[in-house]
Amino acid sequence: MDGAAAAARDLRPSQAAGIPAEVPLRSTILPLRVEGLRYAAGGHAILHGVDLEIAAGPPTLVVGPNGAGKSVLLRLLHGLLTPAGGRIAWAVPFDQARRRQAMVFQRPVMLRRSALANVVYPLALAGLPRAGRAARAREALARVGLLHLAERPARQLSGGEQQRLALARAWALAPELIFLDEPTANLDPAATRAVEAIVQDIAAAGTKVVMTSHDLAQARRLAGDIVFLHRGRVIEHAPAARFFAAPRAPEAAAFLRGELLA
Amino acid sequence: MEDFDAAFAIAIGMIGSADPALLEIVVLSLKVSAAAVLLAALVGLPLGALLAVARFPGRRAVVVALNALMGLPPVVAGLAIYLLLSRSGPLGELGLLFTPGAMVLAQAVLIAPILAALARQVLEGLWEEYAEQLRSFGAGPWRAVPSLLFDGRFALSTVLLAGFGRASAEVGAVMIVGGNIEGFTRVMTTAIALETSKGNLPLALALGVVLMAIVLTVNAAVQVLRDAAARRAA
Amino acid sequence: MTRTMPVPTRRRFALRLLAALAAALAPFVATPPAARAQPQREAGSSITLASTTSTEQSGLFGHILPLFTRQTGIAVRVVALGTGQALDVARRGDADAVLVHDAAAEQRFVAEGHGIDRRAVMYNDFVLIGPAADPAGIAGMPDAAAAMRRIAQARALFISRGDRSGTHTAELALWRAVGLDPAAAVREAGGGWYRAIGQGMGPALNAAAAQDAYVLSDRGTWLSFRNRRTLRVLVEGDPRLRNPYSVILVNPARHPHVRQAEARAFADWLVSPEGQRAIADYRIGGEQLFFPDAAAPASRSTARAE
Repeated sequence: MDGAAAAARDLRPSQAAGIPAEVPLRSTILPLRVEGLRYAAGGHAILHGVDLEIAAGPPTLVVGPNGAGKSVLLRLLHGLLTPAGGRIAWAVPFDQARRRQAMVFQRPVMLRRSALANVVYPLALAGLPRAGRAARAREALARVGLLHLAERPARQLSGGEQQRLALARAWALAPELIFLDEPTANLDPAATRAVEAIVQDIAAAGTKVVMTSHDLAQARRLAGDIVFLHRGRVIEHAPAARFFAAPRAPEAAAFLRGELLA
Repeated sequence: MEDFDAAFAIAIGMIGSADPALLEIVVLSLKVSAAAVLLAALVGLPLGALLAVARFPGRRAVVVALNALMGLPPVVAGLAIYLLLSRSGPLGELGLLFTPGAMVLAQAVLIAPILAALARQVLEGLWEEYAEQLRSFGAGPWRAVPSLLFDGRFALSTVLLAGFGRASAEVGAVMIVGGNIEGFTRVMTTAIALETSKGNLPLALALGVVLMAIVLTVNAAVQVLRDAAARRAA
Repeated sequence: MTRTMPVPTRRRFALRLLAALAAALAPFVATPPAARAQPQREAGSSITLASTTSTEQSGLFGHILPLFTRQTGIAVRVVALGTGQALDVARRGDADAVLVHDAAAEQRFVAEGHGIDRRAVMYNDFVLIGPAADPAGIAGMPDAAAAMRRIAQARALFISRGDRSGTHTAELALWRAVGLDPAAAVREAGGGWYRAIGQGMGPALNAAAAQDAYVLSDRGTWLSFRNRRTLRVLVEGDPRLRNPYSVILVNPARHPHVRQAEARAFADWLVSPEGQRAIADYRIGGEQLFFPDAAAPASRSTARAE
């Protein structure tokens, strides 16, 4: 059970009984270097050689028009898809990097269990000792404001509550990096605000956020840097302030002007 | 129609009087079938879940074989188990032939493929929904199996009921391996076969009515339990 | 922050289901196989008796076995099959004793070393049953074999057990006595009158009743048979129709696990005055079904069945 033990160590469960989400003091899996990453599905190329470096720091937002390949890029980085070519290199071996990251999907999958059990489940998989799981999960629920719904079946929660639960589920793992794939795409404005606040909390607590969004206003609110993806390529990667003030690539400029990019 | 009227009259009379001989047969039927369902579930459900999540060469062949095994003739299964459990067979030492244990085994062999095939079908849909999320959590197929079995528990309870229904309706295999011994291995179906043999058709039909009533009651009970649990936990 | 974790409600359903199933399984798994092989329904031990449908379905066992069990504490578990199958079961060592009615097969069983100590117990008789309309016109004939020939000549429907039972063997002996081979006749044109169904006495009677066919039955099963429709006894009383039953112990030298002492106690009781009286006492509608025969040596009946 070496792997589980290592994972448990990564989660630092040995902290005192209060068990706040343990924030990595220093990033060990970053920077992430991506070179020539390609992906195709059904004979149709989706990514044509993505070069990218993601470093520790404020959230990285991956923006671009629909079909640019944002979701595919996240899944490749998270290891859910196998690249057709290119290289994904973490600062540590892949297995270690894999255990210190989490992902929240556009439509989070709610296990057919209580909200609390949904958070406990990945903790158990990560090898956290049984005794610490419930307390740690409750702490995570409290941080997203769902503690009062802990015993409620997860699938009976509203869309916004489910997305917050998914964030709690990821955050409870105390990952060094969280991938968020359009976490607010299906939410109303109030729920969107709540999710954004949580994302800011996660980032402020020291976890790197890599998030896709098609919402430029949201990107302005959250991003430290912007990766602009278009037609399966990274057209521009720049600090957010510089990107929004003076995009260098013409496609990025057009995108910011609200023109439809094909 | 007189036969049917007579059958219902007898059935109601038997249920009303709680005839001890009938009660014994009913209890044994329930025990044997429930035990068979449990035994078959221990094998069939994990197998079905594994087939739902795992992708390996030959998987399609296994699925096809499993579906075909659902049609395994009870008499064939009974005969095979008879030969295994016979004193002259490889498992003769157990002394299980002509005991309820043999009947449990026979029914379990018959319904395990059904449970596995139905579970695979039910859980494949669930796995489609869960696969990406569970892989993100770092759960491989082996770890996904118990998770799917747990999260699919409400749908699986229907699968178990299907197995229970088939087990309790089965006569060919339990007749061969149980021997229909009065007071020991006689269950509802073999009692019905016996009364039919004796030309006592109304009594046979009445026993059939009682059997249906039992299966109906079990189904209703599980349904109620399931709905109550589902309301709390879905 | 609360540190106690209540049993989650979601678990209860599964737990309850599991508990119910475990309770159901317990009787079969809680006892080791060795203990199960000595079932304890009665306080004492038990034997498995492979016997025929005629003795079981006529109700004879229901009458005499409780008497034996009350006296000895030995429960008798009857597996009712055709004589041929019953002997097969015993041959494999899956019974402790047999009570069957096919002298030739019984002798072979003993000669091959599968059984020991064959003893005559009782007899009843076969009756030739047919529809009241009697298309072959056999009613009241004293010679059963001649009646069979007339059925064949009339090509009247005849239901054969076709299952190697004692009754089936007796039927074939009757055909042979008049030089007929209905199994061969079936393969010829117009042979459809002879239908071998490969089932027990009851199903054969059911089939005959449904098709207005002739059928050979033991008297005991016939008397306890309910679904007669127009069937009635047409031929009886021919000495050839005598149907003797013997008890044989499964040879413990061949199958060491058999309950030899208990099986012997049962066989001894069957041929004892008490057992014989119990057999004679069993009646349906005032009619005696089985006639004690223990005084006769078992081999004497051989000539008849051949």
